[in-house]
Amino acid sequence: MVKYLLLRIANYALLLFIAVSLAWVLAQTQLHPRQLFEVRNPPIDPQSIENILRAANVSDHVPLWDRYVTWIRGIFLHWDWGTSPGGADVGDEIGRRIWVSFRLVTIGWLLGTFIGVTLGAWTAVRQYRISDRVVTALILILVATPSYVTGEVSKMVATVVNKQVGFQLFLFLGEKSTGTLPSYPLSDVVDRVQHMVLPTLVLTLLGMAGLQRLQRGLMLDALGSDFVRTARAKGLRENKAVMKHALRTALIPTGTYFAFQAATLFVGATFTERIFAFQGMGIYGVDTISKQNINGVVAVTAFGGLCYLVGALLADLMVAFLDPRVRLS
Amino acid sequence: MTTTEPAIRNRQTAAGDVVLSVRNLHVTFPSEAGLVKAVRGLSFDLLAGETMAIVGESGSGKSVTSLAIMGLHPRNARIAGSITLHGRELVGLSDAEMSSIRGEDLAMIFQDPLSALTPVYTIGDQIVEAIQTHHDVGRTQAWKRAVELLDLVGIPNPQLRVKSFPHEFSGGMRQRAMIAQAIANDPDVIIADEPTTALDVTIQAQVLEVLKKAQLETGAAVIMITHDLGVVAGMSDRVTVMYAGRPVEQGSVDDIFYNPRMPYTIGLLGAVPRLDATNSEPLATLQGNPPTVVDLPPGCPFVPRCPLAHAGCREQEPELAPVGPGHTTACWESDRIRAEKLTSKDIFPAPVIERTVFESIPRDERDTVLSLAGMKKHYPLMKGAVLRRRVGTVYAVDGIDLDLRRGETLGLVGESGCGKSTTLLEILNLHSPTDGKIVVFGKDTSRLNRGETKTMRRDLQVVFQDPMASLDPRMPIFDIIAEPLGVHGWSKGKIETRVMELLKTVGLEESHANRYPQHFSGGQRQRVGIARALALEPELIVLDEPVSALDVSIQAGIINLLEELKQRLTLSYLFVAHDLAVIRHIADRVAVMYLGKIVEIGTVAEVYNRPSHPYTQALLSAIPIPDPQTERTRTRILLRGDLPSPANPPSGCKFRTRCPIFEQLTPEQRTPCLETMPPLDPAPAGAVVALQEAISLSATARGAGDTRVDHLVACYYARPTKVL
Repeated sequence: MVKYLLLRIANYALLLFIAVSLAWVLAQTQLHPRQLFEVRNPPIDPQSIENILRAANVSDHVPLWDRYVTWIRGIFLHWDWGTSPGGADVGDEIGRRIWVSFRLVTIGWLLGTFIGVTLGAWTAVRQYRISDRVVTALILILVATPSYVTGEVSKMVATVVNKQVGFQLFLFLGEKSTGTLPSYPLSDVVDRVQHMVLPTLVLTLLGMAGLQRLQRGLMLDALGSDFVRTARAKGLRENKAVMKHALRTALIPTGTYFAFQAATLFVGATFTERIFAFQGMGIYGVDTISKQNINGVVAVTAFGGLCYLVGALLADLMVAFLDPRVRLS
Repeated sequence: MTTTEPAIRNRQTAAGDVVLSVRNLHVTFPSEAGLVKAVRGLSFDLLAGETMAIVGESGSGKSVTSLAIMGLHPRNARIAGSITLHGRELVGLSDAEMSSIRGEDLAMIFQDPLSALTPVYTIGDQIVEAIQTHHDVGRTQAWKRAVELLDLVGIPNPQLRVKSFPHEFSGGMRQRAMIAQAIANDPDVIIADEPTTALDVTIQAQVLEVLKKAQLETGAAVIMITHDLGVVAGMSDRVTVMYAGRPVEQGSVDDIFYNPRMPYTIGLLGAVPRLDATNSEPLATLQGNPPTVVDLPPGCPFVPRCPLAHAGCREQEPELAPVGPGHTTACWESDRIRAEKLTSKDIFPAPVIERTVFESIPRDERDTVLSLAGMKKHYPLMKGAVLRRRVGTVYAVDGIDLDLRRGETLGLVGESGCGKSTTLLEILNLHSPTDGKIVVFGKDTSRLNRGETKTMRRDLQVVFQDPMASLDPRMPIFDIIAEPLGVHGWSKGKIETRVMELLKTVGLEESHANRYPQHFSGGQRQRVGIARALALEPELIVLDEPVSALDVSIQAGIINLLEELKQRLTLSYLFVAHDLAVIRHIADRVAVMYLGKIVEIGTVAEVYNRPSHPYTQALLSAIPIPDPQTERTRTRILLRGDLPSPANPPSGCKFRTRCPIFEQLTPEQRTPCLETMPPLDPAPAGAVVALQEAISLSATARGAGDTRVDHLVACYYARPTKVL
């Protein structure tokens, strides 16, 4: 098992290296940070521009291979992912932002998964009854609505609520307030919670919707299976047969999906970050491209790829954990 | 049963009294086509300790009945009538009340052991759950009892195997575990719904034996739901025959088999090929198909298929009426059937199949259309997801020789995994096998050029097992049959006449040509499959279990059709099947395969009357015969365990691990069996030994063979034995 895992990890590391190198070539050839400085007013001296770009190892006047060697050396010798054209350290930036994303996404992800699975299983048991039809219709509306619409609508609703109650109950700009906080104990915690409620709600709804669809389908398959009938024939009441036999089996694919998502938590949720002004990873990925930040793009790609592969590994482990048929063979 | 709790409870119903009574049961459920009246007025009394069989074809309502009794019918089903257990009404009980009865007083064994156990829990967990749901026993005690139960149903090493997951058990072992679970709480009634249909014959024999033992130990009454009349004859005391949701005949097993009074029962019994039948006259065929139970017209539902039907039958559906002590039938003509002593031959005239002159030409003088010489097919066994590597070899077919002459049918029989389908696929491949030679129409398949391959594809055709899966659902029947003609460059006009001609040949109508496969029943689809195979006027047809997916009454029609086509068109058949009765009926010669080897081959008369290999003997003795008296007095050889994996076959004789003769041998006598696979040599001459004697006699080396007889056997201790 350990040998198998090590082999798998080595395989993934190679894959990741190739993918990131390709991303690096793509970013170096397609992004043009020089333009960023050439349009400045007052104009900057071309030699200064060249110096700035060389400092960041993104000058298109240096041969591509030399830049690649410099980049590789920086990473493998100093774990240095380079800087933005402006000189900000990419590694530091990402190190800070992944935790912002993590704080933003985790609760919504856990709640969304839990509620989604429960709702999916529940509606499957009540297939074609009114409750199933109502829930399924609402979920479909949610799935069909773009996430930024959901986000904006939630902000509009929150504004109305804030007006009604007469004070800022929901806060939706950033992770915490920038000004001075009231002086009661734990006011900083309360402030953070106020900021968290709305984005968490949006992420919960989005996660829940997807999982309800998935789990309902899986559960319907499991409910129709012979082994649930066998369990009922043994004398198990309907609820127990459903919970112990159908749900347990139907959770295997969901568990895999869950494990896979765990690793991608740090990559963030771009739209939600933008709407609620969280300085997380998702929005950073978009910003690096628009700001011609070559090293940033590559670092984000590498981090995303790493998360993806760790997720795949976790998913494999989860299957082995949940499904005895895989475990033993 | 042994000492641990729960011990046998005091029976609420004494032996011989009615334990379960069903009165006028109706089960109806809505569907898009209308109300499905799945069960329409079923009544019976089940006595404590007896076995009652419910027989019927698919759609006759037998499985719905079992689910209704268990209260496990679909939620939208409507149940009317009465079901009483120990005098307590079950219809209308709440789920909580029913749950306390299910698994405790009423237990059920389902058909498919592969899907009926939860894959994520161990066998032990599932049996313990059955016990603890109803009894307040400790975990250790419940586990101890689970081990005892597994021991009772014959699972080797129960201490160890109790912790196995279902996928680590073979099909037969899972069904044993299902039985263990069903009898865990010592129920009064066990409902077995096609418990052995998914199993091979030797495993079926084992499981039926276990079921009998379980019944003996618990004294439970059994409702045996099956379509297999052989199983009915061997297992049941009384029988209910169902047709289109109605019971059409009820009586003791002897009444039903020896004195049937309803044309459907008579037809069903006449349609089954008999393993012990020495002639191969055409089977009685019931025309048409069982009706769908939506919007049934008034009158007897069997009318469209009944040659005795008259105007009266169409007006009113007959009720079950007594025709003898404990024997009732629902037929207006049952008095006439008794008075005129009508049999299936009188009621259902069997087609007359003309024998062609070809039959009289001796076998040696006919051309060989197919011959296999030392043919082997091995598959690599791969492992690993990242770096795939070969970890072993599956010896699917491990060196077989056979030949097939023009106008002949060779039956290839054996249990699943014996390599019979691989053999067939290798022949169809027209490439060189792993080792050995395949010669079709005198040409070695490893040396064919493109043109020869195409000609050979024309002359060699195939009929598949599953008529549902082997026809493209998006093509009308015309296109399906015309496709091979188009490929071989027939003109449009010629194709049209040929397709119409073919439809008639296989007993379909020209008007069917534009319909799609889904509009046809299983039997009709198989006819389409046969028409497609015949389109290019082939000389050799290989058939892969062509009738095993069909209902009994439909199967007979297809067998007769194949027989007739063979005579009329001078075809040669390589007929792969696991049903030895069908093979006896249709084949001229038969080859018995075990783990990739032929262990016995010869004419049907020789192999069935003088089976000399212990495996052939076991197979023949395991197959239930639809004749209660024969079944009661038969001796069976029960093979131990399952087929070994073809990836890891035993050394020497492949059959030795399950061989009843090998068990009796002294160590010196065993040496040849352990060292080399015995060659196929002429079967020993001399008188046959009765099976009873053969079992008790000590083994002796095989006698001298008679080379003039077409009968070879691969066993050092072969002895011709009378099994049937």
